[in-house]
Amino acid sequence: MSRAVLKQRKLEATSERLAGNDIPKGAAWANDIRQDALQRLLSMGLPQGRDEYWRWTSPSDLTAAQPKSCEPFVDDEEAVFASIDAINITFVDGVFDQAQSDDRGATGLEIGRLQDALSADIHWVKENFSVLEKRAQDAVERPLGVYNTAFATDGLVIKVVDKVEKPVNITYIHNDATSDVVLRHIIKIEEGASFTLLETGASGARSNLAIEVDIAEGAAFNHIRTQGRDHERTALSHIFASIAKESTFKSFTLTANGQLTRNESFLDVNGDDAVAHIAGACLGDGDFHHDDTVFITHDAVNCESRQVYKKVLRNGAKGIFQGKILVKDGAQKTDGYQISQGLLLDDDSQFLAKPELEIYADDVACSHGSTVGAIDEQALFYLRSRGVSKEDATDLLTLSFLAEAIEEIEDEQISNCILERLEMWLSKRKGA
Amino acid sequence: MLEIKNLHAELEEEGKKILKGVNLKVGAGEVHAIMGPNGSGKSTTSYVLSGRDGYEVTEGEALLEGENILDMEPEERAAAGVFLAFQYPVEIPGVGNMTFLRTAVNAQRKARGEDELSAGDFLKEVRAKAKSLQIDADMLKRPVNVGFSGGEKKRNEILQMAMLEPKLCILDETDSGLDVDAMKLVSEGVNALRDENRSFVVITHYQRLLDHIKPDFVHIMYNGQIVKSGGPELALEVENNGYSDLIAEVEAG
Ligand SMILES: Nc1ncnc2c1ncn2[C@@H]1O[C@H](COP(=O)(O)OP(=O)(O)OP(=O)(O)O)[C@@H](O)[C@H]1O
Ligand SMILES: [Mg+2]
Repeated sequence: MSRAVLKQRKLEATSERLAGNDIPKGAAWANDIRQDALQRLLSMGLPQGRDEYWRWTSPSDLTAAQPKSCEPFVDDEEAVFASIDAINITFVDGVFDQAQSDDRGATGLEIGRLQDALSADIHWVKENFSVLEKRAQDAVERPLGVYNTAFATDGLVIKVVDKVEKPVNITYIHNDATSDVVLRHIIKIEEGASFTLLETGASGARSNLAIEVDIAEGAAFNHIRTQGRDHERTALSHIFASIAKESTFKSFTLTANGQLTRNESFLDVNGDDAVAHIAGACLGDGDFHHDDTVFITHDAVNCESRQVYKKVLRNGAKGIFQGKILVKDGAQKTDGYQISQGLLLDDDSQFLAKPELEIYADDVACSHGSTVGAIDEQALFYLRSRGVSKEDATDLLTLSFLAEAIEEIEDEQISNCILERLEMWLSKRKGA
Repeated sequence: MLEIKNLHAELEEEGKKILKGVNLKVGAGEVHAIMGPNGSGKSTTSYVLSGRDGYEVTEGEALLEGENILDMEPEERAAAGVFLAFQYPVEIPGVGNMTFLRTAVNAQRKARGEDELSAGDFLKEVRAKAKSLQIDADMLKRPVNVGFSGGEKKRNEILQMAMLEPKLCILDETDSGLDVDAMKLVSEGVNALRDENRSFVVITHYQRLLDHIKPDFVHIMYNGQIVKSGGPELALEVENNGYSDLIAEVEAG
């Protein structure tokens, strides 16, 4: 079948799929943006398994009209970031929950709800909503990001005007077996300001979560999230970031469990001397599919980017990594580093990686490496010879393997939260 | 303490025979040195005793206090009291030395039905023992053996030994890579552990280690067998004349 015909079919399927879906109502400008997104989506088409970008992860569960039903998840563990002094905000099945959220006021920080912002005639969000999502489309089409712009019903809009110490900690609760969540957070960090965002949970039976974060000159954004034990859910996330001169972007994701997770990020490094670090650690067991898809664009001088991804897989779990560094003409002195590694604890599991470099500047230092391997027998014997059981030794070596990714978290208290959680999950696994 | 009887072992994959009938008896509280040319099977003996994968025991047994340890998992042997100070200690990034030590100590205590050591007691003990080996706080915090110098790695092995208090300590070329001062330090560490209920098998190429750790018996291993045993004077003989005379003697039968 010819390309044109395939595309035609794709578009027909998309318009059929979206036929009954109305975009949410808001202010005129917001309606325009959403309407524009819907039109873009209709001409782009929803992703299909044969699309190059979805070669290793079937999008069908993400694009189906109904989410796969998935029992509510009862989390019997203390919240991951409970020990962190933060502004706590809760969403239940994709809806902001006032009762379980702290007072949103804080100095240097303005937090609102997406639908309030999109209903107001005048709002700063007007200048931001969809701008970075659209920019990301130039690199690679991300129709589900466009879908998010058209259909997101809730989320936070956060403006940061100062160095804010207290993180915002969002907990997503999944209570409804059929919740189909489309959430959008829009974050604007002004010149010299800094902000930390924490996220926990998977938010719904199916979730499509997007974050647009605009980091101005000299500003800093820190992001640490965990995608927890809610196994049956399907989750898709996008981070769209603009990283300006001398600013810093840092993001870390821990994933354990999850039948289907795809985390996409598009980091646009567009000001000189900026830094973008993104990392992920994941532990997959059995019916587990985890995909990290990263695209970093360097369009300024003397910038640094780092991607550190580690996946531990067993019992047939599948880990995917697609990571690209694009260094545009003139982006001299770019320092780009990318590592993706899979640790397979048995022969049934699989790690697939597609690292890519595309460089149009001549004075850059970019490196990428991808490895996949089994547990190091020498190290295993060394630990066992000291009396550590094979299981515990395997756990220690699992932590050892993930360490490089976890070390990307700067804040020691937060990184301890992540480590403790990991250790707990590993030890629980043994109990099972 | 340890009795090795007619031990034969070969490489599992290649079927290459390496140990060809090792016999050795180590009494409680004794120190035995094993010397021998490169490739004679000294490290292999230590690996087979501690349970490393890749070797197949085709004949013979190794009894620790009367119990055959060759069928046990490595961790079971450790709990039974076997300790091997590695010729090449392994680096484990991302796992703190301290975490590793505590995990090991508690795993062994648990296997023996003892209570875990409290964090406080453990810390006190580690600090005291580390200090006597001149291992500083920084080395305790760092990932296991990562970026340690050769000598630091060996000292770290002895620290583990001191913490685990094994019955049978096998030291595989612990002296290699040590400077004169470190050699003294390590030897003192070993000597401090000497006890009437603890035995040592010290694999070495050099007399100088045996100046510090005085052996009761010295054995020469050659081509997968112990071909000669004697007192400390045997080590001096090797030091002065090398192995050629000894080997010629053996080959002549
Ligand atoms: N995994 C292996 N694969 C191949 N050959 C091996 C392996 N392990 C041991 N050997 C061989 O077995 C023989 C004995 O080796 P071993 O390490 O025990 O010697 P050694 O006496 O400790 O020597 P050295 O004094 O050099 O440390 C050598 O010929 C060695 O090459
Ligand atoms: Mg050797």
